[in-house]
Amino acid sequence: METKKGKQPDRKEIPPYGTEITGSEALIFSLIEEGVDTIFGYPGGAIMPVYDALFDYQHHLQHILVRHEQGAAHAAESYAKILGKPGVVMVTSGPGATNLITGLANAMVDSVPIVAFSGQVPSNLLGTDAFQETDVIGITMPVTKWNYQVTSAEELPEVVAKAFYIASTGRPGPVMIDITKDAQFGKVKWNYKKCTKIRSYFPYPKVDEEKVEEAAHLINKSKKPLLIAGRGVLISNATDELMQLATKADIPVTTTLLGLSAFPSDHPLHVGMPGMHGNMAPNIKTNECDLLIAIGMRFDDRITGKLDEYAPQAKIIHIEIDQSEVDKNVKTDVALVADARDALRKLLPLVKENDHKEWIESFEKEYEHEYEHVIKPAREAKGKDIKMDEVVHLISEKTKGEAIVVTDVGQHQMVAARNYNFKRARSFVTSGGLGTMGFGLPAAVGATVARPDRTVIGFAGDGGFQMTIQELGTIGHYRLPVKMVLLNNSFLGMVRQWQDLFFEKRYSFTELVNPDFIKIAEGYGIPGQRIEKRDDLEKAIDTMLATEGPYLLEVAVMKEQNVFPMVPAGASVSDMVTK
Amino acid sequence: MEKEKVEEFTIKVYSENHIGLLNRLTIIFTRRKVNIESLTTSEYHIPGVHSFTIVINTTESMVKKIVKQAEKLVDVLKAFYYRTEDIHYQEIALYKVPTSALTGTNEIEKLVRRYNARILEVTPDYTVIEKTGHKEETQELLENLKPFGLLEFVRSGRVAITKPMKELTTHLKEKEDATHFTQAEN
Repeated sequence: METKKGKQPDRKEIPPYGTEITGSEALIFSLIEEGVDTIFGYPGGAIMPVYDALFDYQHHLQHILVRHEQGAAHAAESYAKILGKPGVVMVTSGPGATNLITGLANAMVDSVPIVAFSGQVPSNLLGTDAFQETDVIGITMPVTKWNYQVTSAEELPEVVAKAFYIASTGRPGPVMIDITKDAQFGKVKWNYKKCTKIRSYFPYPKVDEEKVEEAAHLINKSKKPLLIAGRGVLISNATDELMQLATKADIPVTTTLLGLSAFPSDHPLHVGMPGMHGNMAPNIKTNECDLLIAIGMRFDDRITGKLDEYAPQAKIIHIEIDQSEVDKNVKTDVALVADARDALRKLLPLVKENDHKEWIESFEKEYEHEYEHVIKPAREAKGKDIKMDEVVHLISEKTKGEAIVVTDVGQHQMVAARNYNFKRARSFVTSGGLGTMGFGLPAAVGATVARPDRTVIGFAGDGGFQMTIQELGTIGHYRLPVKMVLLNNSFLGMVRQWQDLFFEKRYSFTELVNPDFIKIAEGYGIPGQRIEKRDDLEKAIDTMLATEGPYLLEVAVMKEQNVFPMVPAGASVSDMVTK
Repeated sequence: MEKEKVEEFTIKVYSENHIGLLNRLTIIFTRRKVNIESLTTSEYHIPGVHSFTIVINTTESMVKKIVKQAEKLVDVLKAFYYRTEDIHYQEIALYKVPTSALTGTNEIEKLVRRYNARILEVTPDYTVIEKTGHKEETQELLENLKPFGLLEFVRSGRVAITKPMKELTTHLKEKEDATHFTQAEN
């Protein structure tokens, strides 16, 4: 690290319990006690004492200096999703904290554990409109699972312990801790105890054994069952149990956008992704199955389409940890309110081995139809223009489905979800519920920091890429080996698609005049190339994958490609259109 | 589909006494565009526990969702909803009338007797009348006092005690027994 004009850090070790330390030190030590090794952050006035304390403990806690606080939040989310433990964010007061809001909202709706710390003005100035003061607690309340303002050093260790416990247990989510400057300077006798229980917090409801029996009964007698697996399966590490249930009872599995990689994409029982731009088979069969077993998913409107016409013929089992999700959108017949893994382990012994050959074959027929009419024409495009699908498909083959795929939001996101052949769990990072453009690049930062040993492919469109393009600075600074694939159609493609389909092709403010992205990357010391011809694609992908460190591959793709198939907004899932 | 009927519901929320919790609770209502008709909060008899009594007009499916969302909050111990027949409830109303309106006529005195209200304070300028009861009752008295040059009126939020005999501690014990506090390994 460049510290030419400043002092070198002293490599310090945590003192024994009972030593008098500052609040700032207490925060740093507490993070280390929680097993944190990485912070994504950005310093500023109100958090300076903490950054000063951090300086001497960098050998325990690496700090990734992002280029905008929003980037810190998304990077931490990505880190958390991949490693299954909370991502940590540190920012200053006022604008530092408000810049996190999108990231917190994104983490809230996608159930991602992050613990964010913001500095705050000294407690005697609270409420006086002091410099860089904002009501962080008030502002973040609707987008956090829990938040708390610390005004004295003594509170810090206990609050940090509580923050990590709340963020990571039950249905995970973001926690925001706001720390006044006097609390950072104040003194406390160092001690730390992890939090394992809170009186008013009931994170893992126990499985109701009677309901398990009811569920098993429904599964055993079902002729046409369908499993729909969401992010809850990944959160609870229930991928093995999901596999056991699917194979034992011979049930086809569809994985939601956030559930992708919870079940191998090329497994014979995997029938693709449901929802608006999902595959035809799982959507159509949702309205033909006699039993829908939903695990760790929340029946989002992008999945259900028109609610009245969503699986009206089917019995529904909902395995869900969050009681408030049960019967929120879709009325269930049996709800197992519990951790997915816990519920599946209780359910498995009661489920009989079964055979649904004909039923499964009926999915294959739908797939063949989709393959002929949608997938193949896009992957093996013949025209002059490159289609997004062929790029993703080729990268999937070249990386053998072993990469971590990070996306931004829009057409390329759906194309990536549809065309990457996931082999390993926790390998897909995307913004689901909030649909946050600008998520991709910082999330790719978080992914490479989480798993420097794995190939990270960051797909983005030209719109979203520019929303957080400053994170090229972070990638350049740390030489993070993100393989950025920019699918450039010079449009806000998804909005343009809707304008095409539902607004009489009135392309109101969706065409972009773009900069020279390769030159921008070059400015950050990142190599790359732009290709426009299909013949150059394979070689370019090989070059990208063979390059050590970061790389930007810009592919000029067809300007007006629409993503199909599609469940038009407000239509039933079984009314998919292919063009 | 038949339109679900809108009814009056009383929600009881029991929580830790933490700063900001009221805000977190009201967000649940505002986000769903449900208006809070009345809200009362006070300490509960269990140390550290606070209770909120919230009255809303909405459908049963909405109140169910709201109660689940409230109970999901980390600092909330338990939340319930009740129909009016499941609770005993009261509101208190204060009325300020000019004392001159009481002199030379016993009309106000009659009203006070008839409505089971009481006179709280008499000063040379004004008199304060207090009435406890349901909203319709306090409203009726209000209408009757208006002709006497009513100076000020205020009505509290609802306070309610539930009819079911099961105590909060029993509910909490059951909930605790039905919870793992770390992910089960089994």
